[in-house]
Amino acid sequence: MGYNLMREFADSWGLLAMALFFVGCIAFALRPGGRTRADQTAQIPFKDD
Amino acid sequence: MRFATEIVVFSVFAFAALVGAGLGVDAPFRQHMWVLFFVLAGFTAILLRNIEFKPAAPIDPSAYMDGPIRYGAIATVFWGVVGMLVGVVIALQLAYPDLNIQPWFNFGRLRPLHTSGVVFAFGGNALICTSLYVVQRTCRARLFGGKLAWFVFWGYQLFIVMAATGYLLGVTEGREYAEPEWYVDIWLTIVWVAYLILFLGTILKRREPHIYVANWFYLSFIVTIAMLHVIDNLTMPASLLGSKSYSAFSGVQDALTQWWYGHNAVGFFLTAGFLGMMYYFVPKQANRPVYSYRLSIIHFWALIFLYIWAGPHHLHYTALPDWAQTLGMAFSIMLWMPSWGGMINGLMTLSGAWDKIRTDPIIRMMVAAIAFYGMSTFEGPIMSIRTVNSLSHYTDWTIGHVHSGALGWVGMISFGALYYMVPKLWNRERLYSLRFVTWHFWLATLGIVVYAAAMWVSGVMQGLMWREYNDQGFLVYSFAESVAAMHPYYVMRAAGGTMYLAGMLIMAWNITMTILGRQREEQPLPGSVSAFQPAE
Amino acid sequence: MGLMAKHALIERNATLLLVGSLLVVTIGGIVEIAPLFYLDNTIEKVEGMRPYSPLELAGRNIYVREGCYLCHSQMIRPFRDEVERYGHYSLAAESMYDHPFQWGSKRTGPDLARVGDRYSNEWHTQHLTNPRSVVPESIMPSYGFLKDTQIAVKDFSTHLLANARVGVPYTPDMIANANADLKAQADPAADTTELEKRYPKAKVGDFDGDPAQVTEMDALIAYLQMLGTLVDFKTYDDAAGYR
Repeated sequence: MGYNLMREFADSWGLLAMALFFVGCIAFALRPGGRTRADQTAQIPFKDD
Repeated sequence: MRFATEIVVFSVFAFAALVGAGLGVDAPFRQHMWVLFFVLAGFTAILLRNIEFKPAAPIDPSAYMDGPIRYGAIATVFWGVVGMLVGVVIALQLAYPDLNIQPWFNFGRLRPLHTSGVVFAFGGNALICTSLYVVQRTCRARLFGGKLAWFVFWGYQLFIVMAATGYLLGVTEGREYAEPEWYVDIWLTIVWVAYLILFLGTILKRREPHIYVANWFYLSFIVTIAMLHVIDNLTMPASLLGSKSYSAFSGVQDALTQWWYGHNAVGFFLTAGFLGMMYYFVPKQANRPVYSYRLSIIHFWALIFLYIWAGPHHLHYTALPDWAQTLGMAFSIMLWMPSWGGMINGLMTLSGAWDKIRTDPIIRMMVAAIAFYGMSTFEGPIMSIRTVNSLSHYTDWTIGHVHSGALGWVGMISFGALYYMVPKLWNRERLYSLRFVTWHFWLATLGIVVYAAAMWVSGVMQGLMWREYNDQGFLVYSFAESVAAMHPYYVMRAAGGTMYLAGMLIMAWNITMTILGRQREEQPLPGSVSAFQPAE
Repeated sequence: MGLMAKHALIERNATLLLVGSLLVVTIGGIVEIAPLFYLDNTIEKVEGMRPYSPLELAGRNIYVREGCYLCHSQMIRPFRDEVERYGHYSLAAESMYDHPFQWGSKRTGPDLARVGDRYSNEWHTQHLTNPRSVVPESIMPSYGFLKDTQIAVKDFSTHLLANARVGVPYTPDMIANANADLKAQADPAADTTELEKRYPKAKVGDFDGDPAQVTEMDALIAYLQMLGTLVDFKTYDDAAGYR
């Protein structure tokens, strides 16, 4: 595995894969459902002192 | 018998230190071992005076263990004052070089003392004590492992003392933010593994089905720092009775390993850990849950995945191969998104309660911290772009950037957490003075602004002077001329730092008085008491 | 549910959370750092690089000890102004025996990657003792105490041995002669033929103006005077070294 291969990968497909990963993250964040459970967990700090 | 084991262990180690002081092959090692001997002997003496032969009172297993956290809060304030004081001293040394006192108090030996002092002593104690506070209250469980928390606290203080005195004596590995020598590193590894066991053990015995997100950040900070510390500090000692060791890697590999460590010390120590702090203390002080719990999950995974790649942006245009530089730059730019995810989540927690920024100085402190976090995580990706970096690298711009993050984000969020936590830890009704918090806030904010502005101007100026050509194609400025041009900005920087330190001293006074149970007679802050009193 | 249900598992299981975060943070390190060790074009092939002589290594240790790297870089970037100011841009090969690397991250003072042979020994002694007497604008601390401190190491061969263990090609001959070489390099009266064979291009003679003893000043100047002088750039092919 040579340097040029690594370089090309980092500049093209690697970059694209990471960008897609981010699009996925955002899509995941905005998808409907799961809100109630998340809201319950967010209440944990207020249960106890 | 109370303390019997501890006394035996301390005296054995004190004796070992004495042997090291006698047989060490180099002078700094012998001096360092003398320091260790006196510290350990002092501890033994203190314990001997407090020995008790009555059986210890039974411990209530359902109560929280707050002793080490109280000590940790005090240690945070103490090391904060020390670290920032050293910072002001070295800032003055750059403006007035005659303030250097050779050999122990030269800039080169004091700067690691400043960086380690604020990052590891102040920041580390803040993280350890808040993480132990948060993990118990979000897991509704007492700390795991009996006295383990005390070992972690005192073990960490010993690490700090050994690292700090080592720097002054000239005991250093010579790699930024990882300067302690091999034997101090080994000790930190032991303490850190104990910390991991303590934290994870407490999570495992929790009485709450879910693990609250603050604990994720703390846990990833602990485990990643363990990995970074061990790999980055692989060294070969020249002698087991000497202070000098040689890094396992050399040149370009050593450089990338070091900046992989160095950048992730920022990413996991100064970011992930303090985000954990934010995710507990901001909701508590604002008395409303985090804005979006789902966003916190996503930005957690994105943040820890992306941060680890960003190290090479410290090595742009160096002899590091181009492909590694490109990777580092690409990930640094992407890092902007999860960073701002955290910022948005923290700020929006206040939505619907924005008036608290006006009425509650502790909330104001936390909001300023999050705002500075947003600013420095925006500046960071920009500086990691190679063309920008070609100007900013090697200049004061980097120093300004670091301080807007360290003073603004790390400092202010820790102050906010301490102001919230201290009255609770000592069962005080309220802080000694809220007006002092306001004073602290304004001194700190102004200090940062002066500091960052001075460094930004001097950094850009430095970079431009070095690359300035005249019409005939000659370099315009000698290096010495660029040094002379920095003087006014170095004075301004020292002034900014002094303001920040003054705020810190006000906090130290405020917290001391709170611990002593005093309450300052003062007018309530405007707006803090509702104009409409409920009917009696 | 679906994805979120799977994530609920992680949220409830601390060990999984621990392993998951560790995995995620390991990937970057492995992909970025590991190839540097096996890609053979990470470090250029150049003529002239050799391990540090014992005196130079002792001087380098002083450079590290005093934190010089906090204000001086040893990494010239390939820009017109830097090459003009400091000399040929730095090669990876030039720090291949540096444990640790001292590239630095800040130029409060100038780059030192090629400071060797630029100034005389007398200038260095004067500058290190009282920087503002030769450079009025300088904000460097004084290091006069180096001249009063004799090099006090019981057995310097252990330092060469430790370097050999982490990959520096010190020969048994070099290690055996370490203590003698350390003294001889700064002693104008010593016979240094063998030393110069072991360490080609090493600067020999008195460095600090005090031929009677080997001080830390001798060692530091011996190190500064060899910085960046080993590779002969008249014979180096830039195009072949590009990575």
